[in-house]
Amino acid sequence: MAAKKPPETSNVSKDELLHFYREMLLIRRFEEKAGQLYGMGLIGGFCHLYIGQEAVVVGLEAAAKEGDKRITSYRDHGHMLACGMDPRGVMAELTGRAGGYSRGKGGSMHMFSKEKHFYGGHGIVAAQVPLGAGLAFADKYLGNDNVTFTYFGDGAANQGQVYETYNMAELWNLPVVFVIENNQYAMGTSMKRATRSRTLWERGAAYGIKGEAVDGMDVLAVKAAGEKAVALCRAGEGPYILEMMTYRYRGHSMSDPAKYRTREEVQKMRDEKDAIEHVRELLLQGGHASDEDLKAIDRDIKAVVNDSAEFAKQSPEPDLSDLWTDVYA
Amino acid sequence: MATQVLMPALSPTMEEGTLARWLVKEGDSVKPGQILAEIETDKATMEFEAVDEGVIGKLLVAEGTAGVKVNTPIAEMAGEGGAASAPPAPGGAAAAKQPPAPMPLPQAVPAAPAPVKSPQAASPDWPVGTPTKTMTVREALREALAEEMRSNDRVFLMGEEVGEYQGAYKISQGLLDEFGPKRVIDTPITEHGFTGLAVGAAFGGLNPVLEFMTFNFSMQAIDQIINSAAKTLYMSGGQMGCPIVFRGPNGAAARVGAQHSQDYAAWYAQIPGLKVAMPYSAADAKGLLKAAIRDPNPVIFLENEILYGRSFDVPILDDFTIPFGKAKVWRDGTDVTIVSFGIGMTYALEAAERLANDGISAEVIDLRTLRPIDYDTVLASVQKTNRCVTVEEGWPVGAIGNHLSATIMTRAFDYLDAPVLNCTGKDVPMPYAANLEKLALVTTAEVVEAVKSVCYR
Ligand SMILES: Cc1ncc(C[n+]2csc(CCOP(=O)(O)OP(=O)(O)O)c2C)c(N)n1
Ligand SMILES: [Mg+2]
Repeated sequence: MAAKKPPETSNVSKDELLHFYREMLLIRRFEEKAGQLYGMGLIGGFCHLYIGQEAVVVGLEAAAKEGDKRITSYRDHGHMLACGMDPRGVMAELTGRAGGYSRGKGGSMHMFSKEKHFYGGHGIVAAQVPLGAGLAFADKYLGNDNVTFTYFGDGAANQGQVYETYNMAELWNLPVVFVIENNQYAMGTSMKRATRSRTLWERGAAYGIKGEAVDGMDVLAVKAAGEKAVALCRAGEGPYILEMMTYRYRGHSMSDPAKYRTREEVQKMRDEKDAIEHVRELLLQGGHASDEDLKAIDRDIKAVVNDSAEFAKQSPEPDLSDLWTDVYA
Repeated sequence: MATQVLMPALSPTMEEGTLARWLVKEGDSVKPGQILAEIETDKATMEFEAVDEGVIGKLLVAEGTAGVKVNTPIAEMAGEGGAASAPPAPGGAAAAKQPPAPMPLPQAVPAAPAPVKSPQAASPDWPVGTPTKTMTVREALREALAEEMRSNDRVFLMGEEVGEYQGAYKISQGLLDEFGPKRVIDTPITEHGFTGLAVGAAFGGLNPVLEFMTFNFSMQAIDQIINSAAKTLYMSGGQMGCPIVFRGPNGAAARVGAQHSQDYAAWYAQIPGLKVAMPYSAADAKGLLKAAIRDPNPVIFLENEILYGRSFDVPILDDFTIPFGKAKVWRDGTDVTIVSFGIGMTYALEAAERLANDGISAEVIDLRTLRPIDYDTVLASVQKTNRCVTVEEGWPVGAIGNHLSATIMTRAFDYLDAPVLNCTGKDVPMPYAANLEKLALVTTAEVVEAVKSVCYR
């Protein structure tokens, strides 16, 4: 990952930059708030924050069109916000309330929105990978030109079902973009301690799948790579692999003491590669926005996040009869 | 504006913790992200960060204080700028700066009770007069592993995060240091692969202990467990055994949702060729794990995250094992037999206590192993009490309790004064919401009610 590239702003509009800034900031502030609510005991169980990785989902959503699908792991809050799901519904699911996307029955790791084509929210590492290929299979079968973004981690990339999926996806030219969010750690295991492969995207070559590594801290680079991958898939030349080089700032989940890396390593990433800072600088340097403009956005976002938290606290617990619903259709 | 910094919840099962160390002192200005304190949870030492800017006022809890309940105020903090009268920051509340009003929190996990005293058991597991020490289930499991690894160098531990991370639930803490990376092996996230590999290693003459981070992930590997580990001795006409232990936490923890909260007791107990243990106490955890590692067969060893932190008496003996297939009578009684295992014992024992107050004398049996099952102890008890209630966390269809009911009906029908009742988890995936999760799990009240019903009270 190159440190802070000179701004490549020629083909990016002010509006788009402002959009990226807003979207990424929303995810970050939302996640910070979720961390706070967890500390207060309002959110329980596992809670995996997306802080640091915001550019990946925000950049890729900019390459998507209506009808495209997405599916991911338990580290899913960012994906949901980026595809337009309501922060209130996401936060209320985190607190296990009736106003949540799964009416309180799913929790942090298991949320879905048919309307926004978000297919979860999966707790078993890598299980979403064949599911994502299956969504793409359905689109191809139905004859539309939708694409499925199938997100998984560097740790998940070592599960066998990923490679069974690669083989079928290429064999049947499924319109699926495999997005490996390589944040360099699977819980406490760095990628180096889990594989001798130098890259993860190159593993696709064994199955005939093309791909590339992308600076996942640079939302513009992510968007550009996403557009290319999506175009190939829509043209019937899928699948495609994008290995997003990124970093999570927080622990794996709320209960991770994170002794496997130094504070300096995390701080260096924050100082040198932060995706939001990057766009902030592009906005300021390009004369697209003033400090005051950005402060106003910060305030807006804070209000949205506080509103979602308030909603999530006020929303009632699910009705006790809900225990028995939704087991069968 | 002075606000209070509250003791944070830092893990799914944390209710209280030790405030190990303050990293700020009174009067310090702090920035968001700055570490305020080190807090020991049930699993680890965590750094607790400030959320907002402010100045530390009074430290309300001294460092080194243990048993600080979640949401207890631990420090006072003045807002941005430090002035006690400064207006609240726009947007207001933050975790580290909450008004002191205590939050009425849903309690997903029953508060950890004091160490459970070993009963005057009808089936003592150690000689009368043996000294004991109090230890947690977690420590007991760790001791069993270490002892068996010391005495047999073919025993090795493999799994995700068992080594450098010291175990996701800290069972293997310190083992990498003592035994080195040849014998404490971190794997990639590859359950199907490493399970097959470990089964192969057992065929090849080693004694693997495989940790599933939780048993939910053993589903990735179920083919190798059943088709390869359980059946090969039979298929090879007795030539090729598979001495392996599959262990890890099983069942519901707290609020971890449908994919992380399943009890696999009945599933694995169905398979001929497997042995299955599901200990409740620390002594049983230790004695049974040692026996499991020495067993020439594949053993499924079902632990429980909520029990890891509970304390029990464990005998101080050089080599303490508990044989498979021997139940333990925790409480003698005359009116009804309650049979349970694993965390189900918590409800069974609590129910027996409550029932005693109502004048019902319950005999409580802990099966400890589900394959083999100690039918004789159960039948003898039922022949005495003429009534039986079973308790387990798993689902009601095809439950261990169903099998016990059938066995009792077949072998002791004439002794029964009432149908055997099974208390189980509800027939739904585990919901996340606190109120629904509570409802989905088996409860002490349900056990009490079932007992009263079979006693026609
Ligand atoms: C099959 C399975 N094995 C283990 C786990 C426990 N677990 C949850 S997340 C995780 C690490 C995954 O790392 P990675 O794929 O890199 O994703 P990240 O958390 O970094 O986003 C592990 C081991 C699980 N949920 N499912
Ligand atoms: Mg990762």
